[in-house]
Amino acid sequence: MMEKLKSAAKRMNMPRLIIILFFVFIVLLAYFNDINVNSFIGSTLKYWGMWGVLVLAMVPSIKCGIGPNFGISLGIVCGLLGSLLSIEFGITDMFNAILPGLGPWAAIAFAMISSAFFAWFVGVGYGKILNCVKGSEMTVTTYIGYSFIYLMCIVWFRAPFTNSEIKWPIGASGVRNSLSMESSFGEVLNDFLGFEIAGVYVPTGLILFFLLCCLVVYLYFRSKSGMAMTAAGANPNFARANGIDVDKMRVKGIAISTVLGAIGIIVYTQGFGILQAYTAPLTMGFQCVAAILIGGATTGKAKISHVIIGTFIFQGLLMFTPSVSNKLLAGTDISDTMRQIIQNGVILYALTKAKGGSSNEE
Amino acid sequence: MNSEYVVKMNGISKEFSGNRVLKDVSLMVKPGEIHALMGENGAGKSTLMNILFGMPAIWNTGGYDGTIEIDGETVKIDSPQKAMECGIGMVHQEFMLIPGFTATENIKLGREVTTPTVASSFLGKSLEVLDRRQMRKDARKAMDTIGLSIDENTLVGGLPVGYMQFIEIAREIDKTGMKLLIFDEPTAVLTESEAERLLKTMKVIAGKGIAIIFITHRIDEVIEVADSLTVLRDGTFIARLETKDVNASKIAEMMIGRKVEKLVDETEDNRSLNKDDVVLKLRDYHVDMPGETVRGIDLDVRRGEILGIGGLAGQGKIGIPNGILGLYHASGTVEFEGESIDPSKLGDALKRHIVFVSEDRRGVGLLLEESIEQNIVFTATQVENKFMRNYGFFRQYDKAAAKKHAEDMIKELDIRCVGPEQLVGSLSGGNQQKVCLARALTMDPKLLIVSEPTRGIDIGAKKLVLELLVKLNRETGMTIIVVSSELNELRSLSDRIAIVSDGKISGILKPDDSDANFGLAMSGVKVGGADDGEA
Repeated sequence: MMEKLKSAAKRMNMPRLIIILFFVFIVLLAYFNDINVNSFIGSTLKYWGMWGVLVLAMVPSIKCGIGPNFGISLGIVCGLLGSLLSIEFGITDMFNAILPGLGPWAAIAFAMISSAFFAWFVGVGYGKILNCVKGSEMTVTTYIGYSFIYLMCIVWFRAPFTNSEIKWPIGASGVRNSLSMESSFGEVLNDFLGFEIAGVYVPTGLILFFLLCCLVVYLYFRSKSGMAMTAAGANPNFARANGIDVDKMRVKGIAISTVLGAIGIIVYTQGFGILQAYTAPLTMGFQCVAAILIGGATTGKAKISHVIIGTFIFQGLLMFTPSVSNKLLAGTDISDTMRQIIQNGVILYALTKAKGGSSNEE
Repeated sequence: MNSEYVVKMNGISKEFSGNRVLKDVSLMVKPGEIHALMGENGAGKSTLMNILFGMPAIWNTGGYDGTIEIDGETVKIDSPQKAMECGIGMVHQEFMLIPGFTATENIKLGREVTTPTVASSFLGKSLEVLDRRQMRKDARKAMDTIGLSIDENTLVGGLPVGYMQFIEIAREIDKTGMKLLIFDEPTAVLTESEAERLLKTMKVIAGKGIAIIFITHRIDEVIEVADSLTVLRDGTFIARLETKDVNASKIAEMMIGRKVEKLVDETEDNRSLNKDDVVLKLRDYHVDMPGETVRGIDLDVRRGEILGIGGLAGQGKIGIPNGILGLYHASGTVEFEGESIDPSKLGDALKRHIVFVSEDRRGVGLLLEESIEQNIVFTATQVENKFMRNYGFFRQYDKAAAKKHAEDMIKELDIRCVGPEQLVGSLSGGNQQKVCLARALTMDPKLLIVSEPTRGIDIGAKKLVLELLVKLNRETGMTIIVVSSELNELRSLSDRIAIVSDGKISGILKPDDSDANFGLAMSGVKVGGADDGEA
């Protein structure tokens, strides 16, 4: 009996079990402390959908053998660029003039397609760099992610945008720190088929889009190229013996991850309602990594289900914990502290279990 | 009391977790004698020497049976330190030198000459000052003894391997009271002229009364320098002989031996092989695989035959298939059915249905954390688009077809498992090998190359795997190349056996050729064989 329990716990993977129990405990605590649980469930759903695609971006990078993509900020920056271009060109108004209500959809589609295009090229270059540093990908992705954000800070500051919604109120050019998405594609996915039930707002369109992305990635990994990528990540020598170019697969995997990151940040931005440039996305990579790890992924193996479960629990924790702790420990504000502890603790735990990236090759 | 022998090992037996690797072996060496210890890979040479040198690997696995006498006194050698105290030194195959130290420092490491200082008089010996001049003198003397002319202050780091080996020897003979020196395959890493010098040096050392145990499989070297020799085979003692009483082919015969067991039952053979119907043609073929370098091979593989490729470990036989499949850099001509293959292009050979079952089953051959089904169909999905359903512009994995095929294969090859979903990592070695073969067969191979088909699997499974290969060959006419270090295995299923030595083919023999011929070929002597005088 003990053996069975033990093996069940092993399959479940211990930290995930603990975090799920902790989550249930917090929800119960909230319920018994007269906190409006429904509104928090609503925001958990919303943030689940908003973060989902960003967390999904971890799957191809883990599967192709690179490990969690801490440098997802490369994709994020591409997504921001696409969104800004969409605003700059006034896509919303352009299409609203053709058919009222079409504008936001055209704007978000334009943002996604253009940023996916940038992200692919950035991702290919990024992957080529990572092929030169096999074995220490996790460190290098973190550094590249950080440096790219700061490089883009310079670009944002000097970029020749002319739209008055983007540029600083005073001055000739440059992007504002944060700008509202209301006039472009803010909440377009959230409000699609959205409804309220028992005080919980369900952002149907957002969740559907997230699940659609999951389906596409799932189907990709059942295709020839996806299977080759999985093999390249699981055992590079095996893949080579089957005629697969492992380096190419890694580049492809990280490029797909970067594209998903770009689409992910657009989904996030439309839900958040505000586009944040400059250093705002600096630590988003850590949150994504933490979420998928909570879902049960390791640095070498990841599934779509890990993304769906992990994002929900992680975002749920972030929603509930601060409100409960604020209620119990009145006058303190430890929400961000809690987030940091959970997020970095989970990453640290996963790293202790990791077996050195893809250094097992030859 | 002085005995006739400096070392006498009596009735030595050793088991590794129930697996008996040495059975009642004895070894005797006289002072000042060069004694060769010979045998194939796995004959037990290294284990015997590890016992003599008191290596921890022996003591951690339950010690050994039998006695060791040094100068007539029974001793218990339970650590390398103890061995050194008894006057036994070892020149290792992998050099135990510190690259950043000079030759002198390496030679005198741990036995430095020191002079007392004020501080050391009350703070202990570790504060004494090195007497570098004396150390250099000692090192010089040791190096002169063996004719090593380099400066004693040279850093060891950048020296060629030959020199490193000599420095290691100098270190051993610098030790006082050295009675016995063990050389573990010293010539394996040396060039011809270096090897020659080493052999000369060994004679010089032996001339000073130090006994030498010389582990090797090169028969010509033994004939040249050894006074006497001991032959081991499969962990048993075969003979102790004086070199003057034997010749090369006699030694070779003793090393190989004829084993009575037949690994494959006789099957009906109605193939007709044509000498001129060549499927695979290798010309001036080189492979740059570390530890298994192939240095220029010409080889023809005939349609429908089973060709064995044998030879000792590290001689290059493993490199041959790995090069063809493009896993390591290869050069030269590779022609398959008249068309040339580009081995630098990964997957080029696979596309032409040349399928390889790797010797490194767990490392290269399998996805251990995937299901049996995935492992069986994987290559076919990648190379042939099999088990993929076409939806116009994209293809999806056809799980149903793959599962059916996996189940068929499981039945056909008798893979013992709970179902196609079981993870390959949890199967036994024999069943894992069958999964590898199933994957290869899924590719409908025109040429099947199986490397070390029975490595790490038990005797029952061994027979099944080998019989399966013969069955495939007889029933479907599939051309098969079997690469194996087990000669017995090759002789029981091959039509011809190519023996590789030092990256070259030293002979192509018939399976029923004499043991002596096989032994000579394996030690690098060119022998005529199957291709001569055959219709």
